[in-house]
Amino acid sequence: MSDILDLTIAQLRDGFRKGDFSATEIATRYNEAVDASDALNAYLEKTPELALEAAKAADEAKAKASDSLKPLSGIPLGMKDLFATEGVTTSAGSKMLGNFKPPYESTVSANLKAAGAGMLGKLNMDEFAMGSSNETCAHGPVISPWRREGSNAAITPGGSSGGSAAAVAARIAPGATGTDTGGSIRQPAAFTGIAGIKPTYGRCSRWGIVSFASSLDQAGPMARTVRDCAIMLEAMAGFDPKDSTSIDAPVPQWEKGLSSDLKGKRVGIPREYRIDGTPAEIDALWEQGVEWLRDAGAEPVEISLPHTKYALPTYYIIAPAEASSNLARYDGVRYGLREKVEGGGLHDMYKATRSEGFGDEVKRRIMIGTYVLSAGFYDAYFTKAQKVRALIKQDFRKAFEQCDMILTPTAPSAAFGLGEKSDDPIAMYLNDVFAVPASLAGLPAMSVPGGVDKDGLPLGLHLIGNEMDEQSVLNAGLAIEERAPSIELPGKWW
Amino acid sequence: MSDYRIKGQKGSYEVVIGLEVHAQVTSQAKLFSGAATAFGAEPNTQVSLVDAAMPGMLPVPNRECIRQAVRTGMAIDAQINKWSRFDRKNYFYADLPQGYQISQLYHPLVGEGEIEVAPDEKNPDATKTIGVERIHVEQDAGKLMHDQHPTMSYVDLNRCGVALMEIVSKPDMRSPAEAGAYLRKLRSILRYVGSCDGNMEEGSMRADVNVSVRLPGEELGTRTETKNVNSVRFVMQVIEHEAKRQVKAIESGEGVQQETRLFDVAKGVTRPLRSKEDAHDYRYFPDPDLLPLELDDAFLAECRESLPELPDAKLKRYEDLGITPYNAAVLTAEVETANWFDRLLDAGAEAKAASNWANSVLPGILNAKEIDFSDARNTPEASAAILKMVDDGDISKGQAKEVMELYLDEGGSPADIVEKHGMKQTSDTGAIEAEVDKVLAANADKVEQYKGGKQALFGFFVGQTMKAMRGQANPQVVNQILRAKLDG
Repeated sequence: MSDILDLTIAQLRDGFRKGDFSATEIATRYNEAVDASDALNAYLEKTPELALEAAKAADEAKAKASDSLKPLSGIPLGMKDLFATEGVTTSAGSKMLGNFKPPYESTVSANLKAAGAGMLGKLNMDEFAMGSSNETCAHGPVISPWRREGSNAAITPGGSSGGSAAAVAARIAPGATGTDTGGSIRQPAAFTGIAGIKPTYGRCSRWGIVSFASSLDQAGPMARTVRDCAIMLEAMAGFDPKDSTSIDAPVPQWEKGLSSDLKGKRVGIPREYRIDGTPAEIDALWEQGVEWLRDAGAEPVEISLPHTKYALPTYYIIAPAEASSNLARYDGVRYGLREKVEGGGLHDMYKATRSEGFGDEVKRRIMIGTYVLSAGFYDAYFTKAQKVRALIKQDFRKAFEQCDMILTPTAPSAAFGLGEKSDDPIAMYLNDVFAVPASLAGLPAMSVPGGVDKDGLPLGLHLIGNEMDEQSVLNAGLAIEERAPSIELPGKWW
Repeated sequence: MSDYRIKGQKGSYEVVIGLEVHAQVTSQAKLFSGAATAFGAEPNTQVSLVDAAMPGMLPVPNRECIRQAVRTGMAIDAQINKWSRFDRKNYFYADLPQGYQISQLYHPLVGEGEIEVAPDEKNPDATKTIGVERIHVEQDAGKLMHDQHPTMSYVDLNRCGVALMEIVSKPDMRSPAEAGAYLRKLRSILRYVGSCDGNMEEGSMRADVNVSVRLPGEELGTRTETKNVNSVRFVMQVIEHEAKRQVKAIESGEGVQQETRLFDVAKGVTRPLRSKEDAHDYRYFPDPDLLPLELDDAFLAECRESLPELPDAKLKRYEDLGITPYNAAVLTAEVETANWFDRLLDAGAEAKAASNWANSVLPGILNAKEIDFSDARNTPEASAAILKMVDDGDISKGQAKEVMELYLDEGGSPADIVEKHGMKQTSDTGAIEAEVDKVLAANADKVEQYKGGKQALFGFFVGQTMKAMRGQANPQVVNQILRAKLDG
């Protein structure tokens, strides 16, 4: 029998149901692997007892009546530390929240729990989800299980859902939750050779997810296969009256709807995504992706998304603006870190607490956000950005009159070494240049592994779908997955 | 037009006043959370995770609060915006857990409306229309307590997140009396609608008072804003004080600073809180946690249908019934009184007599007995029964008061009281004639004097007869019989 750790969520589910292994065996095997993974710094908090508890419930349910099993019975998952988990430390990767233990459970994690899933632990991330390399985390960066061929240099798993990506890639979680504000699921998925989907904005409730930029934040699954993503997303999504921006629509049966037959489908290739300076191997992979989809029956069509070049600057106005306001609640008054100043008053406490509690990148974004919202600059920056955002949405609306899905690269490069870009925020922000437009438009988008670069590091292909049409994205992802060469981790070094 | 002026050396200054009234919306739950809103609860017992701004918590609009604000807008004939939006007003303070207040700056729920006020209570027909610029809904903040610990302040979040309507007037008022009348009328409308209890002592209604002065014909002067004034009297004091202070400041050459001020109740003066330079930059922007608020026609129709008869309409109806404008104004000012009076009319009382009774006679009786108007014993049905007995000639007007007093003391029904105390007035001409004859016989000398021309003695005979009949004779019948016997 193959190692439990090598199985996908679908295989674990089916094997458990068939009686190949018990849920407790799955949880125990994963708990061991998690325990031995400290060198990756992926888990901030381990909860083996919660994984076992869910496993025990699954085994008992199966013993009673196998039809009482739930969709994720027997499956232990990793949870990004941005999701509030009742009684389990939730730090959002920040010193500010410290060892904050929420007295409540986020809707998404509660949905997964209700679907039978167990929790292996809380996964490391960029502080408050602000970062593309996991280097902004207060608890130290996650180290990717990947390495360049012939090098031992530490590589970034990407960010902000870097812990989730590394955990899935390193086989210390069969799947994990992520959140995506401007590429935080898709870029790390691409960097670590796994699949990850950000659904339509509003599919997953934001209730109980520590807010970064409310109009962009969206939860999604990260897993080894497209099918696993579909299984997880079905459990995570759903209308939530506690989130006013949640979409009141039934959750489709995405797994059942999976089909890699793309006959009659048109795949849009946006000419504006050809950016000068993109490495040739990225362009080549993109071409290859088009061929794979053609092979699956789809017809490639060239489309235009004329406002693409404004997407990144627009994103870096809107996201920091919302963040500057969303993070105002971390003031030392009610929970988390409090720094008092001898003889000081309320404002001294604010200043000391926020100076000490936030890292540089978070402070940078709070300052940018405060600036673009301030009197005299609001119209020039924020209002203008909102208008451009509307134009970007309109671009996509028009494009989807001509095609059913859009194919682009996920990121402009493979994963880079830790420290290589940390001094250059702009270079770092450019990581999300392909991911951000779909975020601004609230559209479903997915990264699937496509191949490796010259150093043997994974590269991802990016699929964008129309509003509410996750199925097309998943199906095209599946078509690529079936055709792309399988990319294997070079071997366990941790 | 108000002729209220502040005399200075350079002339008589006109005062320009605008009010921003914060009215707490009557609702079981807060604006964006399910937490309760009752006044006077133990600190921090009415706080949800949303109110405390725990990480990842999200606001969900409470439809009842929106409904109340819409009904209020309709009551002042305002434009209701079917599309509105919430904005965040960002600032740091310990009583503001989110670090921002959810309010509506750019697209308020309610647009322009107007309120008709009568600045002179004695002359309710002399009215002035005050414009309302807008009404928006927003969250209230919590409360800091500085007296609980020697070096620290405590925070009570019970009030945090409670729904407020901010009702912004146009700068249409020109005197403390106009501002007072506006506030009283606004309070009256809110209480009729049921959207705010108008309780200024408990802080359910408070006003930011904007005042500036100018010489007639000049442009508007620089204004000051005095925050959180919590009674009609204080608002009038603030205006008087500010107007005088500003005239002095202008004439001394010092000038008026645009600033926020506070009212010192003990000293009756205003003091600067912060100047324009120190003003916050609130960085308003649309709240990304909330979708725009869109109201459909069915919702608006329900709001409109649920509105009661409002003070102006009621006043007009009372006047049409023959009630004097003054009485009609007094009766309609408070919704409880007006509703009580409507029940009195419904029970069949004649409007004019009823209004005199309700405005003059009844309050005197209640005051003397220290009984509240809202006391359960003071039913409109009891008053109606008494007024009917007067009307039917069963008791005299004088007896009516006595019947009410006895009724309040002893309970039962007014009819029982009259019965029990043998107060029923008689129109039995035979009985009355017999008594009249006795009185005339016993006072033959006075009869002579009367016939000799001393007409004033007529009242004496009436009095003697009534006395003999223990007040139960119908005075009209007594008069008729006496006239027949003396003049006939």
